[in-house]
Amino acid sequence: MAQKWFAKVAVVALTLSLLAGCGGSQQPQDQTPSTQPPASQQPQEQPQQSEKPANEIDFIVGMATDVGGLNDDSFNAAAHRGILRAQQELGTDHVIIESQRPEDYITNLQTLIDSGADIVWGVGFMMQASIDEMAQANPDKKFGIVDEVVNQPNAASVLFKEQEGSFLVGYIAGKSTKTGKVGFVGGVESPVIGRFEAGYRAGVKAANPDVQVDVVYAAAFDDPEKGKNIALTMFDTGSDIIFHAAGGTGQGVIEAAKDRNLYAIGVDSDQNYLAPENVITSMIKRVDVAVFEVIKQTVEGNFPGGETLRLGLAEDGVGYADSTLWDKLPEGLQEEVDKWAQAIKDGKVVVPETPEEADTWTAPTL
Amino acid sequence: MTVAFGTILLTFIMATLRATTPLLLAALGGVFSERAGVVNIALEGIMLAGAWGAAYFSFISGSAWIGLLGAVFIGVIMAGLHAVASIKYYADQVVSGTAINLLAVGFTEFMLNRIWGQAGSSPEVASLPNIGPLNFMIYLAFILAIVSWVALYRTPWGLRLRSVGEHPLAADTLGIDVFKMRYAGVLLSGVLGGLAGASLSIGLLSRFVDGMSAGKGFIALAAMIFGKWNPLGAVGATLLFGASQSLSVIFQLMGIQGIPTQFFNMLPYVLTMLILAGFVGKSVAPAADGIPYRKTN
Repeated sequence: MAQKWFAKVAVVALTLSLLAGCGGSQQPQDQTPSTQPPASQQPQEQPQQSEKPANEIDFIVGMATDVGGLNDDSFNAAAHRGILRAQQELGTDHVIIESQRPEDYITNLQTLIDSGADIVWGVGFMMQASIDEMAQANPDKKFGIVDEVVNQPNAASVLFKEQEGSFLVGYIAGKSTKTGKVGFVGGVESPVIGRFEAGYRAGVKAANPDVQVDVVYAAAFDDPEKGKNIALTMFDTGSDIIFHAAGGTGQGVIEAAKDRNLYAIGVDSDQNYLAPENVITSMIKRVDVAVFEVIKQTVEGNFPGGETLRLGLAEDGVGYADSTLWDKLPEGLQEEVDKWAQAIKDGKVVVPETPEEADTWTAPTL
Repeated sequence: MTVAFGTILLTFIMATLRATTPLLLAALGGVFSERAGVVNIALEGIMLAGAWGAAYFSFISGSAWIGLLGAVFIGVIMAGLHAVASIKYYADQVVSGTAINLLAVGFTEFMLNRIWGQAGSSPEVASLPNIGPLNFMIYLAFILAIVSWVALYRTPWGLRLRSVGEHPLAADTLGIDVFKMRYAGVLLSGVLGGLAGASLSIGLLSRFVDGMSAGKGFIALAAMIFGKWNPLGAVGATLLFGASQSLSVIFQLMGIQGIPTQFFNMLPYVLTMLILAGFVGKSVAPAADGIPYRKTN
């Protein structure tokens, strides 16, 4: 009897845990984002339960994360911030589903449509095919995607000029290295990560053409042990500053910098809180700004359907972190970096987009 | 390009030892479980939960050594679930293992949020010291490999453990408690899997990162098979897999073109498939591996 009883309990428990997993968790709309480092370390707008938006409007934002989930400390988290900002400033409502597996993307997007979402967001390039399919199947609904392009009249695509932000941190690295060698750790070789690499290498070249850039791809976004091992190997072979564009793998890069008392450069959001003495700057990608802007335009009736927005320095879509440790870096560097930023904004400097273009790119003189 | 060959070689060896450590500990855990006749694909989950346990207990106590014990504790609980399901209730061991892997992902993400109120990763916690240039866990892994081999092949206990994995009925007839030995094997895999997790979160790193086991439990399983279910074989196999990972880094650093990085990443799996198919040597699982034992009257 005991066996039967155990078996029944086990089956129920496992079924429930699976349901909890794949159905996706609908976040209550006033939930504090869990994806933030403690507020004391990184002051951010934290929506409070008491702070009700001034005027609630009848507009529901739907968002399906990719498998990274809201907990990714990266673009899913940033998109979430953008949606929360829309709630605060525009009075929109929202439904969020975390995808546990790629097989769930379509189901989750359908759930969002069924729940009456006025715009449905798919975050991350992994969602491209699913958004494309759903946009075709539901021509009367609006969709948005970050980091990829969906060529449908009812889908807005947001891309970033990661190379422009990466250029600035590359310039900082190139001017600050004492060994004449800096590193780049990429997650997985792809066009997006290629833009980070290209911009970074161009920035280093602009700062000092004699500085060597070592490039290693980890082939993983989720392996901090591997990231640390790679970074230690780079430090041990002469690099003293490493920029990572490798998600969770990059956490290991930052730890390696701390272990060796050398420098790392964070990515996507301000990662200085991970090692305040060692993360000299971070390349910021404002997914939150992009998501917010598209929601705002949609609420105002100007949904950019069929358009591809490319957000660079000029649009405030990318940049470097406010926490940059200027006092540890060569004097006058901030002015130089801002001068290059202005030149890029003005179109006087065009930053290469692919590693191949970076090979042949030469820096103009400002 | 001006890095001396000696530096490259030394860096390569250090990187290999670091990459090998979590794989070796988990592979040793697999050896004990499967030698006793219980397939353990739950190693990935045990490792992840162990990594969380290590970070959590290190965080609340401020001592990495307590964290190490915590990893063992959590690892044994996870393995205990697998043991009860597959030994006492004759559950399909692959299904039970998969359930534990899923449970570990959900459990650690939930606790990450609950305890630290932040997601993605825990705050920095106390980590185990380095001895010389290498972390304590690296030495521990290789010492435990030798201890495991002695225990399995040079003690009566080891003979009994292996006998219940080869022919449990015969062992039972000789008066060996099959269930007890199988529990011992699976729980030991929990201890070693937990240590493998600790080697990640408080050994090589000093914080828990969501999903940080990153498939290493499965690579460890492949290494266990490649090493012919033998602790010393596991040392060789995990060193080979660790070396293939660091080679891919060294090759990229030296700018050697022509070998795609993906090649090195698939190498462990390809080698394991080849050995299973009998192309490279021969690897035979314990005869009763994966078959629940039912006492017959």
